[in-house]
Amino acid sequence: MSSVSELYQSVILDHNRTPRNYGRLEGDARRARGYNPLCGDECTVWLKVEGDTLADVRFEGQGCAISKASASLMTMAVKGKPVAEVEALTERFHSLVTGRLTEAEQQALPARLQVFSNVAQFPVRVKCASMPWHTLKAALAGGDAPELVELK
Amino acid sequence: MTATVPVLDVGLVRAQFPILSTTAHGRPLVYLDSAATTQKPQSVVDRLTRYYERENANIHRGVYALSADATAMYDASRARIARFINAGSEREVIFTRGTTESVNLVAQAWGHATLRTGDEIVVTAMEHHSNIVPWQLVAAQRGAVVRAAPVNDAGELDLEGFRTLLGKRTRMVAVVHLSNALGTINPVKQVAELAHAAGALVLVDGAQSAAHLPIDVQDIGCDFFAFSGHKLFGPTGIGVLWGRESLLDRMPPWQGGGDMIGTVAVEGSTWAPLPAKFEAGTPHIAGAVGLHTAIDFLAGLDQGAVAAHEHDLLAYANERIGSIAGVRLIGTAREKASVLSFTVEGVHPHDLGTVLDADGICIRAGHHCAQPLMRRFGLVATARASFSVYNTRDDVDALAAGVAKAKRLLA
Repeated sequence: MSSVSELYQSVILDHNRTPRNYGRLEGDARRARGYNPLCGDECTVWLKVEGDTLADVRFEGQGCAISKASASLMTMAVKGKPVAEVEALTERFHSLVTGRLTEAEQQALPARLQVFSNVAQFPVRVKCASMPWHTLKAALAGGDAPELVELK
Repeated sequence: MTATVPVLDVGLVRAQFPILSTTAHGRPLVYLDSAATTQKPQSVVDRLTRYYERENANIHRGVYALSADATAMYDASRARIARFINAGSEREVIFTRGTTESVNLVAQAWGHATLRTGDEIVVTAMEHHSNIVPWQLVAAQRGAVVRAAPVNDAGELDLEGFRTLLGKRTRMVAVVHLSNALGTINPVKQVAELAHAAGALVLVDGAQSAAHLPIDVQDIGCDFFAFSGHKLFGPTGIGVLWGRESLLDRMPPWQGGGDMIGTVAVEGSTWAPLPAKFEAGTPHIAGAVGLHTAIDFLAGLDQGAVAAHEHDLLAYANERIGSIAGVRLIGTAREKASVLSFTVEGVHPHDLGTVLDADGICIRAGHHCAQPLMRRFGLVATARASFSVYNTRDDVDALAAGVAKAKRLLA
């Protein structure tokens, strides 16, 4: 197992203490809530799509440093991106935290997401990192209706 | 003249638990999660091995000696358990898979036959989900209602609030003896008196208490008492439901199958007498045999010395962890045992759990299967260290150092 300092890199600690894009989107924003019944952690993602672009995204949640930093860094990585690109990135992030990307594939990811590569060494924490992305995916798919993502 | 408190030789106790001399991530294992499951002494491990190597046979069936011997061992375990909890009769001791199954058995066998629309089941706000959900299931089937007695800020049962919930419709009071999430010891004897005065039955969840408090079901005065083997130094998958014989006799069977029948005809069947009526199918024979040895292990220790040792550990942890800046202790009941639940400002319990794990320290982080209680304290999760007879002050010191490390890293 990697040391905990490799898991809790300074970028993750920073985003845990000061999450970016934290709060709600008003108006006709799409919304989805993610919930991990095993630990009780939760995350709600609001987003607005304009044309083919994810124009804005914000989140609120209660959770550990990994989940909060993951949500914060996710919003920065996807905001203003084409929806198709966001969907592809969601898949690649999941592969990253489950240890299924090659070194080269990891380095092709945005730098701020690469800090989660060590999560794969901590299997019980994978869901913490991936929950915000599952919730984002649900919000994108769910249209205007709130959707509950139950993670097992 | 003062009585001398016997001192527990913890080194000798620890030497009986092989897992305590292993390492986790290259560090000596510091096991502080005995409320989840206790570690197993060598005697229990050896007993299971011997059973499977030399004594294995199905019970109540064979005409051969091996089967008769296995049956005798299974029955001997039941007798040992009856003595351990001071049951009036061995017929009152039902083997189950654990506390959860014991509660479900009562909820279904008693509840399904007894509850009517509008009847009430009173639990407390500090129950484990396993003493809430089985009642919700049967309540939904029968149109009954589950109500929860309040808990005060110290994590104690609010007896006045409890009393006001008792009424003509109260049929069952289901209460935890020793809270897994807070360590609170509930006044179960008083609860039983109040419940009986209101005409209700009482089930006590003894999952935690069986390993930490002397259990005398007759003295408590409850009607049902449930506990698990694996929290009592025994194997997983074996547990006990104790019930008053007169009640168990009137209850219909819960599960049907072999061993629980008198005679079977396609037109209808009759049931075996207690305890077989509630033990359909081949039971966890090795588990029962192992639980016998586990109880012998615990009973073989000086009970006064064990109590003094565990009291000292909790007091030390309370002081040592409670004095760390930013730590909030959850559950400060006057009557408390074996559990230290806490939060650390700026450090989520799961992150604390990960940091501690890297140093070989095992704690529980989460809602402890007690979400209503977490909500009561405005929390989603806490960190929980729980102690057993094999823990030491050194373990508490390691925990304190780990909490400080997590604070440096994360807060």
